[in-house]
Amino acid sequence: MSRSTLVNWLLVAAVLVLVAVPVLFVNGAFEGADGQAEEAITQTHPDYEPWFSPIYEPPSGEIESGLFALQAAIGAGLLGYYFGVARTKRRLAARADQRTDGSDAP
Amino acid sequence: MHIAEGYLPPLHAAAWTVAAAPFVVHGARAVVRRVREDPDSKLLLGAAGAFSFVLSALKIPSVTGSCSHPTGTGLGAVLFRPPVMALLGTIVLFFQAVLLAHGGLTTLGANVFSMAIVGPWVAYGVYRLTRKAGGGLGLGVFLAAALGDLATYCVTSVQLGLAFPDPVSGTGGAVVKFLSIFAVTQIPLAISEGLLTVLIVRLLVRVSPDDLARLGIRTRTSEEVAA
Repeated sequence: MSRSTLVNWLLVAAVLVLVAVPVLFVNGAFEGADGQAEEAITQTHPDYEPWFSPIYEPPSGEIESGLFALQAAIGAGLLGYYFGVARTKRRLAARADQRTDGSDAP
Repeated sequence: MHIAEGYLPPLHAAAWTVAAAPFVVHGARAVVRRVREDPDSKLLLGAAGAFSFVLSALKIPSVTGSCSHPTGTGLGAVLFRPPVMALLGTIVLFFQAVLLAHGGLTTLGANVFSMAIVGPWVAYGVYRLTRKAGGGLGLGVFLAAALGDLATYCVTSVQLGLAFPDPVSGTGGAVVKFLSIFAVTQIPLAISEGLLTVLIVRLLVRVSPDDLARLGIRTRTSEEVAA
């Protein structure tokens, strides 16, 4: 494994640690910060009525999490497509140049 | 940072919408111009938008015992300049407002202002300053993405503080209260977003250095180039 690849995996590991530490060592309900802000508003301004409600609301938490997963999947799919295209393009160009540049391969 | 539907008084909602609109229109024209002048960058443009799509869908636990999500706008701001992200970020927020009841149409202007305008501009400014000061690509991208993310949540706190001043401590007290909800939670997430954005840029340097060069992204510091 090249040094560059190692650094990339260390970046992934660091993010996983940052995500895992709160879950493992912090006692909390892990509700959304957006919802907490709404609560804070109703605490200081109990008479405030939201004057507009969402046109469509996912009927359940399951459907909502499904739609969030769909959003992430569309994004990840497009990202993966880009990297696939870019990598193939580069390899074909390298082959066309009759060069054997092994450092390109991960 | 999503201010929920109806949770800004009509006057505030209208004001933020008016403030955000010219940036989004300008951003849409920037995207059209970019695609026309440089069709090869279309795919990378889509990838930058896709990155924001993924990151803003991930609710991540934080040290405060609550969850929040990154914004993913720093990458596109560094690669394509901030106006492009004004449009792409608006698309993300619109999707979430309409299909997920996350954020809202009345608060879209305020949410666009924080996530699609201020965040990307802070990221871009931080990136340029870091590179000018001799910082490398990785450091510049990390600071840009992390501070752009954090700035977005600071703007949200100010927006809510202005709309809902604390009965005792006023607007300032309310801003501090919302900062304690948003900004502290966001610190580890901002670091995560910085690291993930660095990862993506490192992969870009490996597979598509030509794309980066065309966008004017220097992959080495000026000293290294001069040496």
